[in-house]
Amino acid sequence: MNKEYRIQRYGHIRQGRISLNGIPRFESNETDFSIFIKSAYKNFDTQYPKFFKMDSLSKLALIASDVLLENENEKNIALALSNRAASLDTDRRHQKTIQDIENPFASPAVFVYTLPNICLGEISIRHRLFSENSFFIFDRFNADSLFEYANSLLANQKSEKVICGWMEFDQGKYDAFLYVVAKNGIFAHSIEEINRLYLTP
Amino acid sequence: MTDLKEELKAKIIEQLNLEDVAIEEIADKDPLFGEGLGLDSIDALELIVMLDKDYGIKLADPKEGRAIFESVETMASYISEHRK
Repeated sequence: MNKEYRIQRYGHIRQGRISLNGIPRFESNETDFSIFIKSAYKNFDTQYPKFFKMDSLSKLALIASDVLLENENEKNIALALSNRAASLDTDRRHQKTIQDIENPFASPAVFVYTLPNICLGEISIRHRLFSENSFFIFDRFNADSLFEYANSLLANQKSEKVICGWMEFDQGKYDAFLYVVAKNGIFAHSIEEINRLYLTP
Repeated sequence: MTDLKEELKAKIIEQLNLEDVAIEEIADKDPLFGEGLGLDSIDALELIVMLDKDYGIKLADPKEGRAIFESVETMASYISEHRK
C-alpha cells in the first residue's frame, strides 16, 4: 500500500465542452444535453448504435470513457465512479410511465437504467473490460475515497489501471470527470492533485 | 395490412431508438432480431409492451413472441388477427 501511483490522463465533460488533459476535444453552445451529447457522438464519428438506447447518464459515461481510452491498449482496467444523483433522472422517467393508473405501461428500456452502476456496464461492454467495477454515491466529489480505493485496487493487483471519477447527470445538468491511475503517469496521484484536476478542466 | 406494416416500422424505429434506420430500409420480411435489425432482449420486451399498449394484445406466453416478432410481416399478421 506504500507504492506511489500516478495519474496518466484526465478528461472532463462540462458546460458544453469535452476536454482531455485540459485540451478541448469538442465544444458546443448547445444547452440541451441530449442534442449536445448526440453532436459529440457524431463529431467523434462513434459507430455504436446502442448509444441511442442509453439513458443520459450512460451516454455521458460512454462519451467520456471513449475520449479517455481512445489510445489505450490495456484491458485490465478497473472502474471506480461516483456521483450524487445516482440514477434519479431515469428513476423519474420510469416513475412517470407507471404513475398513470389508467395507463401504467412501464418501459423496459427505461427501467433497465434505473441503477447508476449500469453506466459502468456500458463502459465495460464498449471497451471490453472484465475487471472490478464500483459505483459510489457521495454528497459531493470525494477525492479522498477515490484515492484510497484506487490505491487499494492497484496494490492488491486487482487491475493494472483504474479509471476513477465523477459522473453526474440530473435534470439536464451534467458534470463528468474521469482520470486514469496507473504505475506511470504525468500527474501525481494525490488527493490534492485529484481535486486540482477536477476543478480545472 | 400495408398501412399497418408501415405503422409498425415507424413505431419500431421511434420506440426502440433506431437512430440510423429509415422506414424504407426495413423490408417486410427482414428478421427483426439477430442479423436483421439487431434488436436485443430489452427490445423484445418493448415490443411486448407495444402490443399491449397500442393494440390491446396481451401475450399470455412470452415464448409466443419468438414467432410473432420474427419480422414486420409476422407482427402485422398477428396484430390483424388479435387486435381489440
